[in-house]
Amino acid sequence: MHHAFLAVKAVDNPLIPQVPDLIYGGFVFVVVLVVFIWKVLPRLNTMLDARSDAIEGGIKRAEIAEAAAEAKKGEYEAALAEARAEGARIRDQARAEGVKIVAEAKEQATVEAARVTANAQLQIEAERTAALVSLRAEVGSLAIDLASGVIGESLSSDKRSKDIVDRFLSDLETPAAKSPSKSK
Amino acid sequence: MLFAGTPFALNRIELIRLLVLALLLVFLLVGTRRLKLVPGRGQVVTEFILGFPRNSIVIDTLGEKDGRRFMPILMTVFFVTIGMNLTGIIPGLQIAGTSIIGIPLIEAVILYVVFIYAGIKKHGGGFFKASLFPPGVPWPLYILLTPVEFVSTFIVRPISLTLRLLMNLVAGHMLLALCWAATQFFLITLLVTQGQPLGLLGLGTFAFGVVFFGLELFVALLQAYVITILGAIYIQLSLADEH
Repeated sequence: MHHAFLAVKAVDNPLIPQVPDLIYGGFVFVVVLVVFIWKVLPRLNTMLDARSDAIEGGIKRAEIAEAAAEAKKGEYEAALAEARAEGARIRDQARAEGVKIVAEAKEQATVEAARVTANAQLQIEAERTAALVSLRAEVGSLAIDLASGVIGESLSSDKRSKDIVDRFLSDLETPAAKSPSKSK
Repeated sequence: MLFAGTPFALNRIELIRLLVLALLLVFLLVGTRRLKLVPGRGQVVTEFILGFPRNSIVIDTLGEKDGRRFMPILMTVFFVTIGMNLTGIIPGLQIAGTSIIGIPLIEAVILYVVFIYAGIKKHGGGFFKASLFPPGVPWPLYILLTPVEFVSTFIVRPISLTLRLLMNLVAGHMLLALCWAATQFFLITLLVTQGQPLGLLGLGTFAFGVVFFGLELFVALLQAYVITILGAIYIQLSLADEH
């Protein structure tokens, strides 16, 4: 304890530096300065720079990944939209085709129906004609028989009977159908 | 005293300085060996101790770019000062390496040279003009202002740097030495050896010693901070475009 006191007291004027004081003080300062420049600060700054690089690099990598994901998402969305448009186009086409098919079927059915109707009319006409022919023959002979009975005379001579029947039928038909040619 | 009478006379304070130097070198070199991006426990402590002056004093004051230029000088000032200051309170050493004028003077002169160098390097002769004739002042005021600026910038700065550090540590040493010496006198000499009850006063002086121990710990850290940040601020003022 007393030594500590004496150490200061030994210096006559504490504001006047002693030579050894300056030499050792300067030595200490220079050595520490050299160590800082030579080893400590390069090590420290390199490490701190590398650390901030690592942190910033991590952030940058995350940003890149995010951008890539964003681009991919855009791609998918575009593809999806395209697929949707394609689907809509196909649907429209199918609908149009369906309408066309229905129209065609309808037309075909109409044509068929017309054909069937025409056939039926032809058949009816033919049957009517046949019925008319057979009816004429039968009505003719019936009428002749009846008339023979009434007048007591045979009208079975072919030539005459035929003429009578024809004339009768012609008279019969004339007011209804004005075509005498049908009586042939 | 080793080498007594030569310029290398090695008294107790110089021995303590060499011890501090050795401890500083061990801390700096071992502590910064194999620094990793992801720090371990030891590295967190080292990084805190190195990072405080680096970031809070140097870079916060000077910015990243200029901070790196002047970082070696300022960090050296900080660590030499703090190491030398702390020996003032360590029992057995009990005197600060900064409590004689050598190191405070050397540091003040170095900071003085550095801030003038920084100003000249950046502004050339304009540095002195801007320092002595602050712009934006009506010229008659320069009669008053220029001498004041000259004294405050080029004379008071280094002197105040030296004396602030030196006197804080000298005073701290005086206080602590007085308390411990009085405690020894009262407790050992009076109470134990001579059996006088007055020696119980030693308990009081011991309590004061403990209080001043805490105070001096604070002063040791504070003065290292103060001299470093003042150096950084002087450099920053020299680099600034407007003074």
